[in-house]
Amino acid sequence: MSARGPADGLPIVFEDVEIRAGEVAILDKVSITIRAGAPTVLIGPNGSGKTTFLRAAMGLIAPSRGRIAWGGCGFQPPARRAILFQRPVMLRRSVAGNIDYALASAGVARAERAQRISELRALVGLAGFADRPARALSGGEQQRVALARVLARDPGILFLDEPTASLDPSATRAIEEVVRATAARGVKIVMATHDLGEARRVSGEIAFMHRGRIVETGAAGAFFANPVTDEARRFIAGDLLE
Amino acid sequence: MPENASALHLLLTSDPALREIVWLSLFVSLSATLFAALIGVPAGALIALTRFRGREPLIVLLNALMGLPPVVAGLVVFLALSRSGPLGSWGLLFTPQAMIIAQTVLVAPIIAALTRQTIEDLWMEYRDELTAMNVAPVRRAITLIADAQFSLVTALLAGFGRATAEVGAIIIVGGNIDGFTRTMTTAIALETSKGELPLAIGLGIVLMLVVFAINALAWGARRAGERLAG
Amino acid sequence: MRTAHALAAAVILFAAATAGAPPDRSIVLASTTSTQDSGLFDYLLPIVKQHTGITVRVVAQGTGQALETARRGDCDVVLVHARSEELKFVAEGGSLRRYPVMDNDFVLIGQKSDPAAIGGMNDAARAFRSIRDKKVLFISRGDRSGTNLAELSLWKAAGIDIAKDKGAWYESIGQGMGAALNMASARGAYVLSDRATWANFRNKADLRILVEGDKRMFNQYGVMLVNPVKHPNVKKALGQAFIEFLISPEGQQAIANYRIDGRQVFYPDANAPGA
Repeated sequence: MSARGPADGLPIVFEDVEIRAGEVAILDKVSITIRAGAPTVLIGPNGSGKTTFLRAAMGLIAPSRGRIAWGGCGFQPPARRAILFQRPVMLRRSVAGNIDYALASAGVARAERAQRISELRALVGLAGFADRPARALSGGEQQRVALARVLARDPGILFLDEPTASLDPSATRAIEEVVRATAARGVKIVMATHDLGEARRVSGEIAFMHRGRIVETGAAGAFFANPVTDEARRFIAGDLLE
Repeated sequence: MPENASALHLLLTSDPALREIVWLSLFVSLSATLFAALIGVPAGALIALTRFRGREPLIVLLNALMGLPPVVAGLVVFLALSRSGPLGSWGLLFTPQAMIIAQTVLVAPIIAALTRQTIEDLWMEYRDELTAMNVAPVRRAITLIADAQFSLVTALLAGFGRATAEVGAIIIVGGNIDGFTRTMTTAIALETSKGELPLAIGLGIVLMLVVFAINALAWGARRAGERLAG
Repeated sequence: MRTAHALAAAVILFAAATAGAPPDRSIVLASTTSTQDSGLFDYLLPIVKQHTGITVRVVAQGTGQALETARRGDCDVVLVHARSEELKFVAEGGSLRRYPVMDNDFVLIGQKSDPAAIGGMNDAARAFRSIRDKKVLFISRGDRSGTNLAELSLWKAAGIDIAKDKGAWYESIGQGMGAALNMASARGAYVLSDRATWANFRNKADLRILVEGDKRMFNQYGVMLVNPVKHPNVKKALGQAFIEFLISPEGQQAIANYRIDGRQVFYPDANAPGA
């Protein structure tokens, strides 16, 4: 887990991507390029399409129209990517068992896993939890298990979908610290949040989504200081956008 | 067996004939459940995790086969194993092996149908995570079976219960031969027909005790396992 | 991996069960419920084993079903009690020879209260007519067993076409002798039984013998080796040895010695002319 250069699979290029559920366009002609470097943070109200965008960027759903390319021209997402879902599902195993499963699925040899499991548990603050059934943990603890699980895959690109949405401040801080440290190691973070404070703390590039479109993009400092569009201005001011 | 002896008394005093009957019943039904599990669990998981033409009718058929009358299963196996049937040269009719085959036919659809439902429900839950982890299809199936093992124990118990309770299939293919293919249920049928009603009821009580003990064991194992795995 | 272990265990168990039978001195005998339910086999087969070393595995069925089992080649020897059916079986090549073994008789059973008033008659045909006339419940085996065939010929002897004459009072249950006796006991019906099964039946309640002794109620048992030319799997030597023992003086004496409640219920007749 050393620092590394720009990961495989970057940039991720969305070209006129449309994803529909029946009549409704959940993503509406989205074009964006996600580059290596600082985290990309998707903000916007609930239902603006952030989760669908992340799943598409992860390669879990194919666009109805348009196309997504990874690493400039490939249409296959890279192997070393991972996603932390908004409501992660714990496998019916112990904490260690969950992390072990993720390590095994990433092809880590059996001999190395015990060592990696204890490193990862220490990293996310679950040192004493190895044998506890994961499904019996609290929401915050489960979120940490899920984080350890995605980090177990040693991703070059890490997608995070509202990773702290239901957590209290101390749990939020713990998760954000791990995310920042991960980003500092050169892992590309793509995170969705509706929490402006979190977006500011994680910083990097902002992409503001509204009604299935990417309305505005920009560096975090500039975006929050001088939003260009009316929707972004109102969202930052705390208006309730629909 | 002496006419006035209660079956419970016979069991407690280790009557060899009764012990043999109890042992054969357990051997046949446990073997059948085991074979049915080896067929039904993978088949159920396969149907749960794949999409193909005719899948829906197959699921309806499987669910319907859960109610397969034992005599029909028995008759089908009888016709297959009879000397005049396609598998007659195996010489298995009127043997314990024939009874195991008949009960396997009876129980496999039950285990397959319940496994299909269990695995499909768990797959709904796990789909996102396993897909995101790039888990290959075969490994997915193994994961789901492993993580659903406690629910699958219930499916196996349902199958085992069906096997121990039935008399229609094994009496046709086993022939209820004294000391060879006589089980608890066929013995009960026989003693009833001889008018030995107290002995028949005693055997019935022994059968229920045995089935209860096995269920209690499985339940205990399940609870212990659940506490460990969550 | 657990699955692999379970699989291995299953294969071993199955193999053990399959291989468990030692080099086999056993035969399968298709016979009637009456020979089993009367307890005769429980008594006789250990004697057979002792004299011949042969383990006889009895599948107890009605005569019709037992002959069908023999026709399919699913048994080695068949022992039943319906002379005409047996002769037909031999005639069609199912067996090379029929050996008479023993006999007893049928008895007409009914409630103590005897609503058809047949108690003490020794004319079975008259008794059957009385049951039909008073329309009192009669339980028929209805399973093409020897007893069922005997019952049908008694209706015929009474001048009754039972197929046409039967009403709600005549119930064909399609089950064995014991089941028929249980039903007659529970519902106060008349029923025809072989004497041996009746004697060994333990749920008599208010049932008793009302009619006996009519020579038309004679019940003859015969034994046959399934034709080994038709069915090469038949254990010819062992089956024939079993038959030879049954008709030997020792075998016949053993049958004569069987007692239920101190009474003889089967009469050996291997050497009786015309049996």
